[in-house]
Amino acid sequence: MSPALVISKREIRTYFNSPVAYIVVTVFTIVFGFFFFNNLFVEKQADMRSFFSLAPLMFCFFAPAITMRLLAEEKGSGTIELLITMPVRDWEVVLGKWLAAMTLLLTTLALTLVFAITVARLGPLDRGPAIAGYIGLLLMGGSYLAIGVMASSFTRNQVVSLIISFGICFAFFLFGKVLPFVPEKLQPLVSFLSTDTHFENVSRGVIDSRDIVYYASLIVVSLLIATTALESRKWK
Amino acid sequence: MSDVMIRVENLTKEYGAFRAVDQVTFNVRRGEVLGFLGPNGAGKSTTMKMLTCYLAPTAGTANVAGHDVFDESLEVRKRLGYLPEDTPLYKDMSVLEYLEFAAEMRGMTPNKSAARIKEVGGRCGLSEVAGKLVGELSKGYRQRLGLAQAILHDPDILVLDEPTSGLDPNQIVEIRRLIKELGQEKTVILSTHILPEVQATCSRILIISGGKLVADDTPEALRAREKGSRYRVVVESAGVAAEAVREKLAAIRGVARCEPSAKELGVHAFSIDAATSDDLRRAFFRAAVDNHWPLLELVRESVSLEDVFHTLTTKDPTHSEEARA
Repeated sequence: MSPALVISKREIRTYFNSPVAYIVVTVFTIVFGFFFFNNLFVEKQADMRSFFSLAPLMFCFFAPAITMRLLAEEKGSGTIELLITMPVRDWEVVLGKWLAAMTLLLTTLALTLVFAITVARLGPLDRGPAIAGYIGLLLMGGSYLAIGVMASSFTRNQVVSLIISFGICFAFFLFGKVLPFVPEKLQPLVSFLSTDTHFENVSRGVIDSRDIVYYASLIVVSLLIATTALESRKWK
Repeated sequence: MSDVMIRVENLTKEYGAFRAVDQVTFNVRRGEVLGFLGPNGAGKSTTMKMLTCYLAPTAGTANVAGHDVFDESLEVRKRLGYLPEDTPLYKDMSVLEYLEFAAEMRGMTPNKSAARIKEVGGRCGLSEVAGKLVGELSKGYRQRLGLAQAILHDPDILVLDEPTSGLDPNQIVEIRRLIKELGQEKTVILSTHILPEVQATCSRILIISGGKLVADDTPEALRAREKGSRYRVVVESAGVAAEAVREKLAAIRGVARCEPSAKELGVHAFSIDAATSDDLRRAFFRAAVDNHWPLLELVRESVSLEDVFHTLTTKDPTHSEEARA
């Protein structure tokens, strides 16, 4: 098994051996469920749109909460030294951590399928946008988690890591909301940077390669920065 | 392949303006147990972190098991077992889970690792705590687990940073016994600031102070200094061949080692270690008279190991230079 997978396996075990995973996942689904069903019964439409429109903001809280400890804790307790002196490349450590967080995200999203099933029982659910929406959630969640891993690599303090990643995720979220106030010339750029804009495309059922490239590059760049931060101990 | 397992040349590490390790050079051969001795903050851990590829040297090179620690760090890490200072282990795993994790990280197959974990666990006395969480272990057991994960993949080289710190006297004896056992088949570097420790376990001692290497000797030689059985003999060099003098002196009964010491103009100076604590000055004097050497100095050096250590590791550089000579 590749070292990255060994690391993510260990990390997943840690998630589910401690109360953290259960608390975060439970609170997330409850809060999400509350807002979603609130809107659902007001709008009286059997679709998942309000669920997906909430997601970008909700993930700003969810992602930092599950990624804050990934590298910061290892740095704080010194276990990073043992981990990294095993035959493993720095990027494999980072990738393993991110994969573990992705597994927790998948678990959470699997739990929210209950929402989709509920909606489907209330009325005919339009499947296309729902499936596309979930793909969008995975992409956006993945990039927020990558940002979280990156923030976690900057510090040995988990609270600092939480705040940094929340700040960055929220900034990416805000880009979409502040569009009307941005000078016209900058609008295409800001709109391009916004996780929101890209997610809206996907959740409408349109999976465009541009959106996929956007999220993929967000993930890759964040994980690369995290790797570089980890390697910075080797700078001469 | 030569039997030099670790080759360190002019290794230097700077943290900003602070030089933690300063031009350290040494070799370690296969089967040696090398004690790294020095006060806290002398640069022992930093040197070890460079050997284990955790940090990169600012200057100089370190070659471990035939591979450079910077350019081929993955190869080095495969052949190396490391116990960092304070034994940082994942507290939320059980002892068995931890060893399984370490085995997987080392790329061992499940079949092979199960047998190996059992063997290493037994050797380190971990069998009775296999199911316990690491966070609930006593310091002694944590240290043993740290050792177990370091030897799990049967590495050629072991780097142990303060393996006995924080242990009670019984545990210290146990860990030392284990290290000695391991030293018979592997190359071991261990660091400590406890003097008797190196005497008990090491075949060679490096003393480091303020980032600089101030001594590289066998414990016997250091013990010799302690008993005062080191002599300094200086003979005028006019008309006398240094090698002839050395041979004659070395042939004297009770002399263990006779080395020319630092070069001085016009004289042959020798540093002599005696195997006995008897006074050999009379014998040296007689040798000088019989061979018509103009004897300029004959000194029996008398210092304790603590003195040696103290002199070598106090900040005043002139002191350390004297002690080295």
